[in-house]
Amino acid sequence: MALQDLCNFDGIFHESISTVRHVMASGKKKMCNYAAGVALSNSTSLFHFYIPVAEYLDESPIQFGQISTTQSLSRNPSQELFLSPSSLPASFPFAASQSVPLPFPMGHGTTTLAFMFQGGVLAAADTRSSCSGLVACPASQKILPIHSHMVGTTSGTSADCALWKRILSRELRLYQLRHGRRLSTSGAAKLLSHMLHPFKGTELCVAATLCGWDGGELDDRCYDHRGSETDHSEDRETTKTPKANLETTVSAPSEKVSLSKTQSSSFIKQQCSKRKIRFSGPSLFYVCSDGTRLEGTLFSVGSGSPYAYSILDQGVRWGLTVEEATSIAREAVYRATHRDAYSGNFVDVYHVTSKGWTRRTREDLKEEYYREKERKKLERERQGTTLSE
Amino acid sequence: MKDYHYTGAVENRFSPYAFNGGTVLAVAGEDFAIVASDTRLSEGYSIHSRDSPKCYKLTDTTVIGCSGFHGDCLTLTKIIDARLKMYKHSNNKTMTSGAIAAMLSTILYSRRFFPYYVYNIIGGLDEEGKGAVYSFDPVGSYQRDTYKAGGSASAMLQPLLDNQIGFKNMEGVQHVPLTREKAVQLVKDVFISAAERDVYTGDALRICIITKEGTKEETIPLRKD
Repeated sequence: MALQDLCNFDGIFHESISTVRHVMASGKKKMCNYAAGVALSNSTSLFHFYIPVAEYLDESPIQFGQISTTQSLSRNPSQELFLSPSSLPASFPFAASQSVPLPFPMGHGTTTLAFMFQGGVLAAADTRSSCSGLVACPASQKILPIHSHMVGTTSGTSADCALWKRILSRELRLYQLRHGRRLSTSGAAKLLSHMLHPFKGTELCVAATLCGWDGGELDDRCYDHRGSETDHSEDRETTKTPKANLETTVSAPSEKVSLSKTQSSSFIKQQCSKRKIRFSGPSLFYVCSDGTRLEGTLFSVGSGSPYAYSILDQGVRWGLTVEEATSIAREAVYRATHRDAYSGNFVDVYHVTSKGWTRRTREDLKEEYYREKERKKLERERQGTTLSE
Repeated sequence: MKDYHYTGAVENRFSPYAFNGGTVLAVAGEDFAIVASDTRLSEGYSIHSRDSPKCYKLTDTTVIGCSGFHGDCLTLTKIIDARLKMYKHSNNKTMTSGAIAAMLSTILYSRRFFPYYVYNIIGGLDEEGKGAVYSFDPVGSYQRDTYKAGGSASAMLQPLLDNQIGFKNMEGVQHVPLTREKAVQLVKDVFISAAERDVYTGDALRICIITKEGTKEETIPLRKD
């Protein structure tokens, strides 16, 4: 609740809540009425969340950051739209004044990547945070854990990414408390995408990949379906193969899948009566502040992504072992930092499995350059001796 | 930093920001922290004041250095002081350095689309008594460091600090932990160098040394030209 306490958000969204709810809520403004199964205090649905800068979308005296140039709408209608009782603040074209450029540059430029394989999801990123030519921070953290079974890679403005990840963690935690299970990666990606939607057209820049492992806790409601675990393994295989066929070759996923099934009990498909069958396993989504939300098995984001893609497209397969996958991810970031000026310094690698995420120690890529130079020198010497013979 | 060689049509637009110069620096040691700033307040080619330090004491264990646009620096420190008081009255304890840093991040981000043009660096002691430095960008992204320079001469000072305190890019050097006396001497030398090469830095240097006994302040003269 940190952001809400900070910015006195009560004033902003209570106008937009319908009168019935308002009457109910006004009696106990800050208390959450969980007995009714629904929290009444500030949000009755996932879409009633506090956006810390919402008031500046239409109140800012100078239109900073509004980069859209539509001239048609005047400001008054858009203000009414904002306060209308809709669940999401309606996205409206901003008033047509030119934006004043900010006197300082924001942090940009990065290489992040994430891919799925049989052992879970692997995410890797460099650690350089640059501000138009100056390295603002050589050791920043671009992969942020969201909860125990999800990490997100960040690219774009560092402040935006840090804050929106924090908001996402909070909302996911609230969802978990209210519904007794973690929200799937697909749902989390949708939530993030909807949260960023009102800021479309502004200079907010967030390009994140959410890497998570879905399915885990058993509710009591779903407990009786646990007995059908064995026949679900074939179903799971069929749901997995279309995903795996997207970019990687399928190499005997069934043994690998059943192997990881014995690791934890979390592979049970939750078949609650009102819900449809949900996928359980690793999951990877790309969410961007311009509205993109994509599911996939391999993503690389940032200024260094073309270089990373060349390494990844060559080497990533479904059947990789954890060590092979880690070394490909590391290699991809290393090559990207070599060629891209805005990426560099260290490389972070995170691995998400059914047990949660683990982090590899941060590695200094400077050492890697020297090691590679040594290797090349040895090779040249060896070639020189064979040629001379 | 205006361009005075106009060749075509020129549009003059009001900018709500001004750049008032100044450099801040913070270093964290084992049981101390140092926050230092110059005291020159300038705008364009003029100097408004030679005695306007940029370190502000927040609590007994935390000092913040703010450089950039002086108007925003003043407002921001007032807001932080008010929030500290509110916290003290409702929680009956002073805010720790880490908590102040987290709070400042949200304060800065609440103005994401009309930012405070301030480069902040917080220096203080954490709950265990170790030195802590938190550096911010104008919209609230922050992290904990061992040393950081911010402001107009930051690009000149940061590499020097990387080398002398972080022992980066040096081969075969023993990594000695930084003592307080050596840190203070280093800060003085570093600012003297900055005053030589940056026009917005100079006049005097204000150093705040934070230990568990409290905060001590020192003022050293720098180049006045």
